[in-house]
Amino acid sequence: MRKAFAPLTVIVGLMFVAAPFLIANAPYESTMGLIQKIFYYHVPSWFGMYAAIAVCGVASAIYLFQARPAADRYAVSAAELAVLFGLMGLVTGPLWGRKAWGVWWQWDARLTSALLLWLIFVSYLLVRKYGGPGSEKLAAATGIFGAATSPFVYKSVDIWRTIHPQTSVVPTLKAPMGVPFAWSSLAFLLLFAVLLTLRVGLAERQGALDELYLAQED
Amino acid sequence: MSVRKLVIALTSFVLLSSPAFALQTPAGQGGFVPVDSVPLSDQLPAAPLLITAYAFVWIAVMVYLWTIWRRLNTVETEMRALAQKVSRK
Repeated sequence: MRKAFAPLTVIVGLMFVAAPFLIANAPYESTMGLIQKIFYYHVPSWFGMYAAIAVCGVASAIYLFQARPAADRYAVSAAELAVLFGLMGLVTGPLWGRKAWGVWWQWDARLTSALLLWLIFVSYLLVRKYGGPGSEKLAAATGIFGAATSPFVYKSVDIWRTIHPQTSVVPTLKAPMGVPFAWSSLAFLLLFAVLLTLRVGLAERQGALDELYLAQED
Repeated sequence: MSVRKLVIALTSFVLLSSPAFALQTPAGQGGFVPVDSVPLSDQLPAAPLLITAYAFVWIAVMVYLWTIWRRLNTVETEMRALAQKVSRK
């Protein structure tokens, strides 16, 4: 991953430069018009959040049951990125809804559960920051809980009646909309990989500093 | 009460109350007229919302990169200070 970091960063940069041109050339949606183009950043940002949640959940489980410090570094880094990508989704969604639905927010099943999922990962970070010694294990349990909750949030639009578009929208996209969407989604997932590598690097340096302090005390 | 006093009272009432009638708000809308499309001036423009959404994503990524850079700098500074402290001993 480290060797691929520099070329990956360049690829992500180029993909994000090209994305607006592809999105601008994509056709308008029949009922929503121009505002529907938020979709090309809104949904991929949730993909980024789900990728972060998956990494956090798996790494948390490994840390909890095998106590590997490297897994903890991945878990905390991914939790931070889950909050970042979730925030993008939670901000871009209401901007879309204001025009499409006439309201900024609706307390329906999808929007509310997505907010709660985001808050679970905010709580993960709060536990890590203010939980004191041993908070890593409590945070790992929170990470697993968040990961277990995420499929319900994804399927909520199909299970309950909501104003949010259903999951069937993405697989049924026609090529002129599907290509820019796939491009944006890949760009966001690669951006997640780049940010995760950077954040894990920071966590490793913080771990090395802690070890230095401990060695000095001994 | 004499007729004269009654006429004076009524005249005074009409004269004094006329400004109040004159300042009254116009009558409310009596009916709604349906149209096929919203006037252009009343439509919520999509472009500012779209631009805000895209700008927010970019700003969020930039701010996050800045926080990583800042935290990394703090850690490196602390490591250097610690290394100097150890070498002095």
